[in-house]
Order: sequence, then C-alpha cells, then structure tokens
Amino acid sequence: MKLLTCPVNGTRPLSEFVFGGEYRVAPPADCTDAEWAAYVHNRSGAPGIKNEWWYHAPSGTWFIAERNTLTDKVMRTYLKGQEGSK
Amino acid sequence: MPLRLLKYALSKDYPGTRFFKAHETPKKSYDVVIIGGGGHGLAAAYYLAKEHGITNVAVLEKGYIGGGNTGRNTTIVRSNYLTPEGVKFYDASVKIYEGLSEELDLNLFYSTRGHFTLAHTESAMRTMRWRAEVNKHVGVESYVVGPDEISKACPQLDMSCSGQAPILGALYHAPGSVARHDGVAWGYARGADQLGVEIFQNTEVLGIDVKAGKVVGVNTNKGYIATSKVLSAVAGFTPRICEMVDLDTPIVIHPLQACVTEPMKPWLDTILVSGSLHVYVSQSSRGELVMGSSLDPYEVHSTRSTLDFVEGLTSHMLDMFPFLSNIKVVRQWAGMADMTPDFAPIMGKTPIEGFYLDAGWGTWGFKATPISGKTMAETIARDHAPDLIHSFRLSRFEDYELTGEKGAASVGH
Repeated sequence: MKLLTCPVNGTRPLSEFVFGGEYRVAPPADCTDAEWAAYVHNRSGAPGIKNEWWYHAPSGTWFIAERNTLTDKVMRTYLKGQEGSK
Repeated sequence: MPLRLLKYALSKDYPGTRFFKAHETPKKSYDVVIIGGGGHGLAAAYYLAKEHGITNVAVLEKGYIGGGNTGRNTTIVRSNYLTPEGVKFYDASVKIYEGLSEELDLNLFYSTRGHFTLAHTESAMRTMRWRAEVNKHVGVESYVVGPDEISKACPQLDMSCSGQAPILGALYHAPGSVARHDGVAWGYARGADQLGVEIFQNTEVLGIDVKAGKVVGVNTNKGYIATSKVLSAVAGFTPRICEMVDLDTPIVIHPLQACVTEPMKPWLDTILVSGSLHVYVSQSSRGELVMGSSLDPYEVHSTRSTLDFVEGLTSHMLDMFPFLSNIKVVRQWAGMADMTPDFAPIMGKTPIEGFYLDAGWGTWGFKATPISGKTMAETIARDHAPDLIHSFRLSRFEDYELTGEKGAASVGH
C-alpha cells in the first residue's frame, strides 16, 4: 500500500488523498492575453521534483507535497505558508 | 509449417527475411527526422515516402519499435466520438485500417466486432444519444440500443451488474474493431523500409538544435544529424522532447494500465465498455480477455503497474461477468499517457519552424495511427496542416478553441 504523510493527520494510505495538480502562481492581472492563456492551459509536463497540491479527503486538508514525478518519491509535505516548519 | 520450423532449426544462418534493415550509424543529414518508432512515427515515415516521395527520412527509436504505447494499448479501433471534427478524423482512420492488412501485406488480425458503450445512468444515456446523433450526422454507424439488444449480443453479461449498476442501454457502434497492435508498427516499418526510410533502434535523441527559431539538427547518442524538419511522435515522452526546444504545452503524463487473463475459448464476440464501472474489455484472437480501466489518478513518468489497479478492475469485471471468478490475470502493464485538457490530440506545426508535433494521444492514440501518419506526412511535406486536423492544432489553446472530447473517452478518466 502506498502511503502519504498529511501535515495535520500523519501518515495515511494514499487512497485517502486526492491529487490537486501542480502548485502554480498566477501571473499579474495586467499580463498579456498570451501570458494568461499560457497560465490557464500550459503545464510543466516534463518529469522532475515538483510542488503539488494534495487533499486529505477525510479531514478536508489541502497541503503541498514536494514529489519527484519520475520516481514517485515524496520529499516532504507541508501546509501552505509553513514551508520552513520542517 | 513443421517443415519450415525444421529448416529454421537446422539452418546456421537466419533463414527468415528481416522486416527492416538493421541500420547502425545514421547519415550526416536527412530531409526529415522522426523521433519515435511507434505506430504514429512509422506511419508518418511510410506516408512521407509513399505519398510525397520524401524517402531521405530517419526514424529514431530510443528502445525497440512498437515498444511504447503502440504495444501497450488495448487495441480498440472506433470512431464514435463526440465532436464532428473528432468523428470525421477517427472515421478516416477506421476506413484506412479496414484495408491496411492488404496494403501492408501483413495480417493485422483486424476484426470488426461491434462496440457497446454501456450506460448505467440517465445522464450516461443522454451522452450516448448525443454521440449517436453526431455520429449519424457525419455518416458513422452508431445508434442507441436497449437492454434486450445488449443481452442478445452478449448473453453472458449480468444486466444488473450484481445489482449495483443496472444497464439502461448502450451506444452501439458497428465498425468498432480490434487489431494486432505490434503488427501495425511492424507493417508500417517494413513498408517504410522498402521505400527507403532508415529505421534506427536504440537511438536516443539527446537534444534538438534550434537556430533563429528554426530546427537545424538533432543530437543523438549516435552522433549529430543535420535536418530542417523534425517530427516528435513520442507519446509519453512529449514533454521531455518539447523541453529541448523550449516549447510549453498543456500535456501532463499519467500512467494508463491494462491487463490480460489466461486464454479461454471464444465467448465474447463484441467489445464492451462501461464508463461507470471503468472497464473496457474484448477477447483477443488468442482467447485472452484484454482489459483496461481509467487513468492512474496522478502524474507519474513511469510504466510500473499497481495492485490497486488490478483489484479495482477485476472487481468491476466480476460485477459484469460473475462466472469469471476462477479466471486468472496473467499479465499487467502500464503506458505513459500524454493527456491534454480537452481529450483531443495536438497535431501539426508549432511556433518553431521545422518542429512538428504529433502528441497528446493520451488514451486514444492507437485507433488514430493510420490517419495521424497520413496527415502528419502531409503537414511535413507541405509545411501546412490539412483541414482534417485543424481543430487539433497546438494554437487552439491560445485561441480558447478547445475540441472537447472528454465525453467520448472510453471510461470516465
């Protein structure tokens, strides 16, 4: 069974979690149409270590996981705004 | 046959004819370099040579031909899509497939079975009616059928699905077929080879050389190749190739898994799909049940398969066919599906001159092999994409003109 560590509830089976996609920062409101379209649609599809949104469904906790998408190894998980806590 | 086998056994030389020449070292330059020796890349090479007279072509394959998603899909060919653009495109593919064994002089075991997409809810029935009307409008034989017709075509099916999800009806698609997928890759490889295309296996592209917005060559583990036209037909490796030319795309990679049972006597004549139960199944010419399910739920660049998948899939298979409880699953595997947000492919030209993309084939690529090869060959030869693939261009995202095909995906991915 695959496991993932929720920063609030500890290590739980992966089946309790929902993948929320890559953590991304929106461009400023005065960006060009092309920049906005790229933000809406494009993703960094190549493999690597990425920050991703994950959701622990039973407790309703959204958090960020730093994960290598090539090896599927999770480096760490943390609540948004608490990157430095671990 | 036994005599031929005996000849093989006693001969010191390899008596069979090779399908294609085993080239080792690429030339210094080619008119066109195709990255990816799967069905799509090899078909593009074949049609470039056959229909456009461009034979100075190299196909570079990192592993062995047909070893990627061409050899990992569940071999279903159909055209019962949702958008008129999609239906026309896949219908053109089905029509080429029907005569392909003859054209390539290789038995592809192309077998027209009829294809039922089962609906277990009223909302699913609504999508089936929608698809049926779009299909009929474009001239494709699809219509909605009731439980009686489904039961007649597949008496083994538990119409109540263990009481969990009673079947209300289905979208029936008469041309739905299965084919031997590795045969498609090998047939196109041989066809292209006979016309002068050079195929290089174990040849990995390490970089693409772009100068002033134009492709000028590719770096490989077998040296530098000068070329002004590169086609990327690499499915799950597309983001890595696009990174080499600094091209952003909406493509995200999710594994898609499949499995087969031990062989049985023939009993399943049709192809069955259930969106609600996340199952698609057909019986191969060897008697195995070939089964697939939905995508893995998160991004991974890996072809490892999981126990979760096979447990989930087989439990739903037993809802449909309780009598299979003693049948064993003998193989399971995964492919890397290059998913797009609208479930339509990305084909044609890109902002980089001479860099052509045949990608975003997610879970729907095998059935499009002939027509994608044909249309990409035309795009490369004329540097202009034919109308048939206009709706699949990369720039549709910038134009917010998406081609929504999610409702026609075989299962709710």
